[in-house]
Amino acid sequence: MPVTTIAGRDVHVDEEGFLTVYDEWDEDLAKQLAAQIGIDLTDAHWKAIRFLRDDYRTKGETATLRRVTVVGGIPTKELFTLFPKKPAKKMAYIAGLPKPHGCV
Amino acid sequence: MNRVNTAPAIVPNFDDDTATGRKLAIICSKGNLDMAYPGLVLANAALGEGVETHLFFTFWGFDVITKSRMHDLKFTPLGNTATHLPQGLGGIPGMTAMATHMMKRQIADVGVPEVPEFLEQIVASGGHLWACRMSADMMHLTEADLYEEVEGIISAADFIEKTEGAQLLFI
Repeated sequence: MPVTTIAGRDVHVDEEGFLTVYDEWDEDLAKQLAAQIGIDLTDAHWKAIRFLRDDYRTKGETATLRRVTVVGGIPTKELFTLFPKKPAKKMAYIAGLPKPHGCV
Repeated sequence: MNRVNTAPAIVPNFDDDTATGRKLAIICSKGNLDMAYPGLVLANAALGEGVETHLFFTFWGFDVITKSRMHDLKFTPLGNTATHLPQGLGGIPGMTAMATHMMKRQIADVGVPEVPEFLEQIVASGGHLWACRMSADMMHLTEADLYEEVEGIISAADFIEKTEGAQLLFI
């Protein structure tokens, strides 16, 4: 696994750059991750990111977009506005989680 | 001149800067429960990848967007050898209802929504739904009979025009 430096810290990532160690993430790092893909985090973004973190801790896999909508209570349309074009992947990246594997 | 060689951070490429202009057109021509899903799953996946996606419902596919039928698509093992059931079983009264019920449960078990809710999600993700003019005329249906989010009843030629340059799937 490659190691990359973000915000002055070494973190483990996969070939694409998604964090691979759950506990290497914190909210300061999230701001940097978001900035790297051109997203400025607002409260609405945080609500989605925190849901993803909590859900991963209990489920052991990254929530799909549908799960963020149905269980997390954030409308799909809003997710596309907050994280344009590829919301599921972008949310996972900022939350320091693997890409979601579910089809829907 | 000395340069400190620091490796750049590894950042996923989300392709935001390059407008790839990728488009997907899906023609949904079947009205069986099991044949409605492939188009919807692929449309949903494409939208999640930022791909502009258009669905064209035609012939039996009209059931998927017809208000009176979209909640009630059915599955039959008849003529489908992949169920590995004796074909005679499929013709027994009540078999279609039972097979449909089982399939709906399997679909729900993997967290996939029923057809109307799936269409809602596709539209919320920016997908475009179109109805076929010829099918509407044949079945004497108007926009009032169709799911509200269908953008219009259009001709095949209109659809081809709207999806210029798109990759195309016929289901």
